[in-house]
Amino acid sequence: MTPRQRLLDDLDEDIRDHITRETEDNIARGMSPEDARSAALRAFGNVLRVKEDTRAVWISVWLEQLGQDVRLALRLLRKTPGFTIAAVMTLALAIGANALVFAIFNVFVVHPLDLPQAQSLYTLERGKDKSTSQSYPDYLDLRDRNRSFDGLAAFSVTAVGLDAAGQPARAWADVVSGNYFDVLEIRPFLGRFFHASDERGPNSSPYIVLSYAYWHTRFDDDRGVVGRTVQVNKHPFTVVGVAPPGFNGTLMFFHPDCFLPIVNEAQVDGENNLNARSNHWITWVVGHLKPDVTSSQAVADLNAIGADLEKRFPKDDGQMTFTLARPALGLSKISQAVQAFLGGLMLLAALILVAACANLGSLFAARAAFRSREMAMRLALGAGRMRVLRQLLTESVVIALIGGAIGLWGSVELLRWLSTWRPFPAVPVQVPLKADANVYLMALLLSVGSGVLFGAVPVKHVLRADPYEILKRGPRGTGERRLTFRDLLLVVQIAICALLVTSSLVAVRGLMRSLHGDFGFEPQHAVLVETDLHMAGYRGEAVAAMQKRMIDAIAALPGVAAVGLADAPPLSGPTGASAVFTEQTTDLRPANAVAEVVTFKVTPEYLRAAGTALLSGRTFSWHDDSNAPRVAVVNREFARKVFGSAADAIGRWYKASDGARTQVVGMTEDGKYGTLTENPQPAMFLPIAQSPSAQTYLVVRSDREPGQLASALRSTLSELDRGLPSSIQTWSDAMGAARFAARMATIALGVLGVMAAMLAITGIFGTAAYSLSQRRRDLGIRMALGAQRQDVLQAALSRPLTLLAFGSGAGLLLGLLATRVLAVIVYQATPRDPLVMAGVVLAMCALGVLATWIPAQRALAIDPTSLMRDA
Amino acid sequence: MREPKRHVELLQGTLDLLILRTLLLGPAHGHAVAKAIQCNSDDVLRVEEGSLYPALHRLIKRGWISVGHGTSENNRRAKFYALTAKGRRQLVVETSKWDTLAAAIARILRPA
Repeated sequence: MTPRQRLLDDLDEDIRDHITRETEDNIARGMSPEDARSAALRAFGNVLRVKEDTRAVWISVWLEQLGQDVRLALRLLRKTPGFTIAAVMTLALAIGANALVFAIFNVFVVHPLDLPQAQSLYTLERGKDKSTSQSYPDYLDLRDRNRSFDGLAAFSVTAVGLDAAGQPARAWADVVSGNYFDVLEIRPFLGRFFHASDERGPNSSPYIVLSYAYWHTRFDDDRGVVGRTVQVNKHPFTVVGVAPPGFNGTLMFFHPDCFLPIVNEAQVDGENNLNARSNHWITWVVGHLKPDVTSSQAVADLNAIGADLEKRFPKDDGQMTFTLARPALGLSKISQAVQAFLGGLMLLAALILVAACANLGSLFAARAAFRSREMAMRLALGAGRMRVLRQLLTESVVIALIGGAIGLWGSVELLRWLSTWRPFPAVPVQVPLKADANVYLMALLLSVGSGVLFGAVPVKHVLRADPYEILKRGPRGTGERRLTFRDLLLVVQIAICALLVTSSLVAVRGLMRSLHGDFGFEPQHAVLVETDLHMAGYRGEAVAAMQKRMIDAIAALPGVAAVGLADAPPLSGPTGASAVFTEQTTDLRPANAVAEVVTFKVTPEYLRAAGTALLSGRTFSWHDDSNAPRVAVVNREFARKVFGSAADAIGRWYKASDGARTQVVGMTEDGKYGTLTENPQPAMFLPIAQSPSAQTYLVVRSDREPGQLASALRSTLSELDRGLPSSIQTWSDAMGAARFAARMATIALGVLGVMAAMLAITGIFGTAAYSLSQRRRDLGIRMALGAQRQDVLQAALSRPLTLLAFGSGAGLLLGLLATRVLAVIVYQATPRDPLVMAGVVLAMCALGVLATWIPAQRALAIDPTSLMRDA
Repeated sequence: MREPKRHVELLQGTLDLLILRTLLLGPAHGHAVAKAIQCNSDDVLRVEEGSLYPALHRLIKRGWISVGHGTSENNRRAKFYALTAKGRRQLVVETSKWDTLAAAIARILRPA
């Protein structure tokens, strides 16, 4: 029981006692006992109220003392601005980092999607690879035969040319099944949605639903938009409704501009796959699990349907086993990776905070040691130990709260910036990050917690201190213990710092290399023109004719060395892959394929324009058209994988997934197709005349200034067709998406590296300052006995510098190991690079010098005579 | 019974000072403190019981007085309040503050 509680519990007794005494006094004055008692009660007044007032006194005095403590703390902190700023900034960084990572974790993992009943919403994943894609007939079977879901909806993402008033613009659409909005239980903001009942065969449902954001920006909140007809890829669609403001589909980062019915796929995508059971073009299938069905029951249900489909359609369906996953990030592989990554970041952030507390703890202890005379004085003058401790803790918590507030402010600003940031301008990808009450609470708890944690470091000191001893003899070192926990923590910190410095340098070098790497094409001096003829309304024969016209017109421009056309250039996003069979294979089911091959549909000039080297054989000519035998140019990896060797690939035959025999006429170098860090992949280039595509990327090789060239290209294209949507950028810029992950990793590592460096500095500084504060007298005596400057420096700094050397060595070793992980993200990440090594060593040395500069100055400035006099 | 003619309201904040001063004479229980203030002021000042106990607790929390148990005159268990060393110092401070205040008010009310 605290004294306060005991006193308050006794209050009743006190009051009774008081009234008894008053009654006795009154009787002594001659009143009757009854009168005496009632007079006493009257005089005392309202007993309950007295009790309440007394209780309140404790709180108000406590608050008053807290106020005094805080004022004193602020005054003391103002007196040592260096310490205060260092401590506040350290904590601001550490708490800010924690708040930031926690906020991101909160958004990604705790509340990924803001949808009704999100907890029962699942997406289907299929087979070993956990692919989310299905074919439309398979989807229909799953939808109609399962007994586990309250409806299954399908959707896929595509870009369309959307024309509301004359000028077609590119827009991103979720192509969704008719039951999509009903399955997700979304109500329209305006008008109506389309429903399953609108689906009556191919192209039967020419309706479009706009997203709120698109309606707001492109239609200026015009409520009259419902019922209007717009052109989607030059097909008329009726606007039936607008989705509610918070609804952005079921992919966390991808915010579509509109929703289109899946039965109109032929108009939207330009090809009809509604009956193709082998074409898994539907990217996601989602649905709410029925309330009384467990996820394992649902999986069993789906697997039974899958097994039946596999049996009935062996040519089309393989790997029809299912798992359930949360929607949000699209793929559970990605979600798991993100979760693991965020978990790792949280751990790292927590470690940083603990390290920061340890550092501040030793700084604080050094300060407390400097102030031990003041403390001793206060103790000797009768201040309670608790009061002195409270003062110390108030100081640390005040620092922590200020630091926490700054850190939180910084992370909220950063979150705001991140959520308005669109990493890929062409795609509506957004990161909707915001801090909620959880984040604020977390930051507050962390601040108070860390304040108490590092404030508690000197407590032992104060509790044990004998004021008279200290006043008499001055602070005395506890002696150099061999290795303390604090030392160990510092080594770990320095190791983390060195690790981060190593990996961020490796990442930076890799990023620099990736600007001038060997990708199997030459992005320098090339401009990429992206258009989609299907969006502009070209169909069938007209596509190829228009493509030829575009190539001829651009080739005629001055300064253009070569123009090639491809359905998609390498490193521009997910690659199209198709199965390839050996010539002898007759059963063309996916399991019998000899390789999955990245496929590019190109014109004859493409290889020259892209700068892809032809190693042997020939490239195409315009004569390799639909009347000529099927031919392909393959890369070296294809030859190795399909024919066993690269030497005699030319002239050999293989079977495409549709069974067509195809002859290899040329072989190119290997390249990077999907990501910068992938292993060599088999790839083939097919003449676009034999496998037509309306997706059109033009690679224009020219030494002309890109801006000038771009405007020339733009006017050339608009002379050919004013309504053709196009985007023009240099190939290097277009590769930004491919470098995105590496760039993000570099930035994250760099930021963490800088933080770790700052922490290492305060850590080393704290240790140096502390051991110096402990050994002032010792050093003073040495100096008085004639020790030289370097002796003093050695005595004062040898310990922190030894720790620095150990930590850096360990960190560098860890860095060598960590770069294996980094190699997945960053192009040619290797620490076996003299520049990286030198950089790390230099950085760690600089860090050591920076951190020990002030303690060294202080050690040298010790004045032996004044120390002796003080003693 | 009541003698309304001579009673004066206690000034805000002076009760703490009076309690400290009373306890300088020796430890006392709550009722005795109130009576002592009344007696020593020739019955001019009367301590409201309603404010006596909060004031005592305030002084305890500040560490100026401490609580002890003992037996009173007629052999009854009683709680005694006693001045601490800190309280003694505080009394000096408070007394000189009061002197200054009283002198200043006197100068204003009766200019020379």
